[in-house]
This record gives sequence, structure tokens and C-alpha cells, in this order.
Amino acid sequence: MTDTNLSNATDATRLPRATESATLLTPRQMLRRRAVGHWGLMIGGVLLAAIVLIAVFGPMLMHISPYAQDLTARLMPPVWAGGSWDHVFGTDHLGRDYLARILIGARISLTVGFLAATLGCVIGVSLGLAAGYFGGRVDQVVSYLLTCQLSLPELLLAMVLVFLIGPSLWVVIGVIGILHWTYYLVIARSAAMRIRELDFVAAARALGSPTWRVLGYEILPNLRSQVIVIFTIEMGTAILSEAALSFLGVGIQSPTPAWGLMIAQGRETLFFDPWLCILPGAALFILIMAVNLFGDGLRDVLTPEGRR
Amino acid sequence: MIRYAFRRLLLAAAVAFTVSLAAFLTLHLATDPAQAIAGENATPDVVHQIRVEYGLDRPLTTQYGAWIDDLAHGDLGESYYWHQSVGHLIAQAAPVTFKLASLALLFTIGLAIPLGALAALRPNTWLDRLALSVAVAGQAVPTFWFALMAIVAFAVKLHWFPVAGGGSLAHFVLPAFVLSMRSVPPVMRLTRAGLLEAFESDYIRTARAKGFRGSRLLTRQALRNALLPVISVLAVQLGHKLGGSIIVESVFSLPGIGRLTLDSILGGDIPTVQMLVFVFALIFVGLTFVADLINAWLDPRLRLG
Repeated sequence: MTDTNLSNATDATRLPRATESATLLTPRQMLRRRAVGHWGLMIGGVLLAAIVLIAVFGPMLMHISPYAQDLTARLMPPVWAGGSWDHVFGTDHLGRDYLARILIGARISLTVGFLAATLGCVIGVSLGLAAGYFGGRVDQVVSYLLTCQLSLPELLLAMVLVFLIGPSLWVVIGVIGILHWTYYLVIARSAAMRIRELDFVAAARALGSPTWRVLGYEILPNLRSQVIVIFTIEMGTAILSEAALSFLGVGIQSPTPAWGLMIAQGRETLFFDPWLCILPGAALFILIMAVNLFGDGLRDVLTPEGRR
Repeated sequence: MIRYAFRRLLLAAAVAFTVSLAAFLTLHLATDPAQAIAGENATPDVVHQIRVEYGLDRPLTTQYGAWIDDLAHGDLGESYYWHQSVGHLIAQAAPVTFKLASLALLFTIGLAIPLGALAALRPNTWLDRLALSVAVAGQAVPTFWFALMAIVAFAVKLHWFPVAGGGSLAHFVLPAFVLSMRSVPPVMRLTRAGLLEAFESDYIRTARAKGFRGSRLLTRQALRNALLPVISVLAVQLGHKLGGSIIVESVFSLPGIGRLTLDSILGGDIPTVQMLVFVFALIFVGLTFVADLINAWLDPRLRLG
């Protein structure tokens, strides 16, 4: 396990302090200490956990369907702006309860983020492992693919692809996932290049392990912490991409309460009922901030060798 | 250096060519341009007639060859949607986006570099934390939402700027500010990290020993070295502005390239989309090329390795 070796090497510089307090910490204990001491990770983690819990259980507690229209109660203000407790966040232009819609929106955002980041992870890590391990032609082809993808704005590509296939939740997830492989690729490629030269890989090969076994059981586990970090960060960008696509009309379609789409619909009455835009946008902002804080914190804690 | 530049240029040309081919094939295989021109309710006869008329019945390779040939002769094709030449549409929209992107770049430089420098001068103080919070928030805020909030706050409530449209320079201030938000955090972080590194270096110690102090030390010695990598990042960020312009121009109703892109995608206007993809790729590849050259010029290891 190179990864633990590497972190041990960095942790070695901290050893004197650990021995001073007369307790030698295991790497796991050190990891936990670093994690608890990192305020960004803690705030992000707590926020993210809260949002996940709200997204999972919140809609079950609501008595109102997010799709139920009530045309007699259209555009009601939220409770702090003179509304009633029946609709805490008010209602939209079709009289649908805004709180119920925002709660379902959280589910959609989290689903899109998780699945798209997973798809990107599978593509990026497998291409990166192949490129780094085999090198030569394979590496050249994969690197060329990367250069081509990076030669276009992601939003443009996503818009064209979603438009061509036809907008729906699954298409949006697939397209965003396919476009979010580049970070994984870069990390997996350089790690595979470094690790394939190490003794334990040679040992595995000498013992007769087939290539897939070397890649999957010897090299892949060493990427774990870096992949987790990128996964978190990509989740944030994927959620933002989905929101932007839905906002522009080439993403998730009505009546599904995706936050980006809700902002686009609220935009029409922006000057009179600004909360229709403010609320889903604020929800999006808090979610992305939680994911980013959590991801940045994970990077500091899990991959100390990359820390400045 | 020239050999390195030539190699990079070849790669850039190959990438632009590949992207144009991929865009052409995807658009022509996934959609039926003839049907798009004729409309949803056209009879098969009409569609067939259009197909023959526009040369869409020829093999794809021939069509692509004709497209490249036209391009080489300065003919960018004809828009199905606006019934105008695509070259004319792009030429009309380009100055708007150029103005927007340059102004946004100015905002980025004016905001990110002073913030990063302040943070580096007082590391781990409230000032540093504030700059970091701005960076964290800036990376989390959805551009389109920020644009709407900026309109409500600065245009509707405060009446500082016009709400939308693209007449005067004042129309560009708010959109450019919104567009710059996304690139402030990375540039700020880079400036801060570069300055912190510079402050620890030997040449700054020497400068200090020679009596350089305060702002002179910062601008003449440290910033100059710390900013070198920032320049190449700014080139890449300028490219990101193009992607962001799709959102910002649509919110602020600016008739630029971004707006043209959105409208032509929503309108299924294949010749325009195809040409815009090519133009975007050319600009991105060009900017990356410039960034590579700057990096290679700064760091000889890159061009010799």
C-alpha cells in the first residue's frame, strides 16, 4: 500500500510531537485527529449530512404533494413575508407548495450529483489506469481524447448532447457523467504510472497475476483517497451543471421540481415574487458550498502529501 | 522554443479538426437536417426535395469535405433558422461577447489579485479568512442565480445599472461582474499561494536586506514572480468566460455568441451549432496554445522535456 507508506512518510515529521505526549498514534487515529480538527470538513460534513437527511425524510413528512396544483392559492408569499403556515415557503405560479417542491428538488440534485460523479469516475479511472499502466499508444490515444474534450466548454457540449438525445432526468445524468471524467483520468493516469514501477506490482506480476488483477487489486486500492476527494468535488460541479442545463431549458423538464428549472420559472415573476428565485437558488448555494467544503476538507485530511 | 511551439500548434490544429469532424458526424447522424428545415408536419415528398436541394442526400464524407471546402473559402454556411449566413450571425454577435469577456477579465484581475495579495500579506488573519470565504462562496454560487440576484439588487432596487440589453457600456458592467465571479476564486488562490512562496524565497530576503520595504517589495519583487503562473491561468479562464457567456448573455439578454449558441441549439439550427462548436474549439485551442507557450517560456523544463 503505497498510499499509507506515503502518508506515514509525511506523518513521520509529526512523530516527535506524538512521542512527546507519550502516545504513538496509528495512521487511522491521526486521520481522525486531522479530520476533527478541520473546521471546513466538519461544517461541510454536517451540512451535507443534514441535507441528505432532509432530502430522504423531508418529503415523507410533508402532507402536500409537490405536484398538487391549487389555482386559488397561487404565488402565496413565504411565512416570513406575510404568508401562512399552510405553505411555509409559499406557493408557485400554479399554486404548488414550494417547500414540498424544494425538498424533492434536493433529492433530484443529490441523485444527479451522485450518479453523474459515479459514471465519470468509472470512465475516468478505467481510462486513466489503462493509460498510465500500459503507456505508449494507449496513453497517447487517451491523452488526445482528453485534449479534445478540454477544447470545448462543458456546458456547450452538454447542451448539444442533451438536445440531440432529448431532455430527461436520465439523459442529463448520463451526459453530465460522460463529460466529468477528466479529473479522474489525470489522477488515475499519473498514479498508475508511478505505482506500476513499484516492487509490489512486480511481485504480483511475478506471481502470475493477470493484468486485470494487477490493475484492480494492486493499483486501484492505492487511488482510493484521491478518487474519493475528486468524487466529492465532481458531485458539486455535476449538480451545478444540471441546474444550469435545467435553467436554460435543455435539462430536466417541467413539472419535475429541479432547482434550476424552478429558478427559470420563478424568473418570469422575478420582480414581484423574488422568493421564487431566491429560495431554490439559496438551497443550491448551500448544497454546493457544503459539498465543496467537504471535498476541500477531505483533500486536506486524506491526501496530506498534496497539501501546501 | 520554436520546435516546441510548432509541435503544440500541430496538436492544436489536429484537435480543432477532430472536434469539427466529431461535431459534424454527431449532428448529422443524430438528427435529420432536412426534416428540421422542412418542419415537423412536412410530407415525405417535401423532405426528400429539400434533402436533394441542400445536398443532404450525398454521403457524409462528401458533405464534410464540402463543408471544409466552403470554410476554406470563407463561406460558413447558411442558417436554417434565421435564413442568414452563419458568418454574418457570428460576426454580429462576436463583438458583444468580446466586450463582455474582456470586461469580465478586467474585473477578475482587479478583484482576485488585490484580494490574493492582501490575504498573502496577512496570512491566517481575519483578512485572509475573509478572502478565503469569498473564494469558497464564489465557487459555490450558481452563475445564473447570481445574475438574477444581481439584477434584482443593483438594477431594480438600487437603479445603478440597466436591467438588460446591450446598448451602452453600462449594460455590460453587471453581466461582466457576474461572469468574473467564477474565475476570481482560482486566480485569488493562485496569487496568494505564489506570493506566500515568494515571501519565503532567498531573493526576497536579499531584497529585504537591501532595504526594500512594504509596497515596493510587494510590487517590484514578489508580485512580479508570483504573477507569472497567473497569466497562463488567465488565458484559460478567458476560455471559460465563453462557456459562461451562454448563461450570462441569456439572463441579461445580450445579443452575443452565448445567446446565439443557446438560440441555435433550442431552434435545432444545425449549420449554426456546427460552426459555433468549431469556433469555440478554435478559440479554446488557441487560448490553451497561448497558455502553453507562456508556461514553456517561463519554465524551460516543459519545452525541453
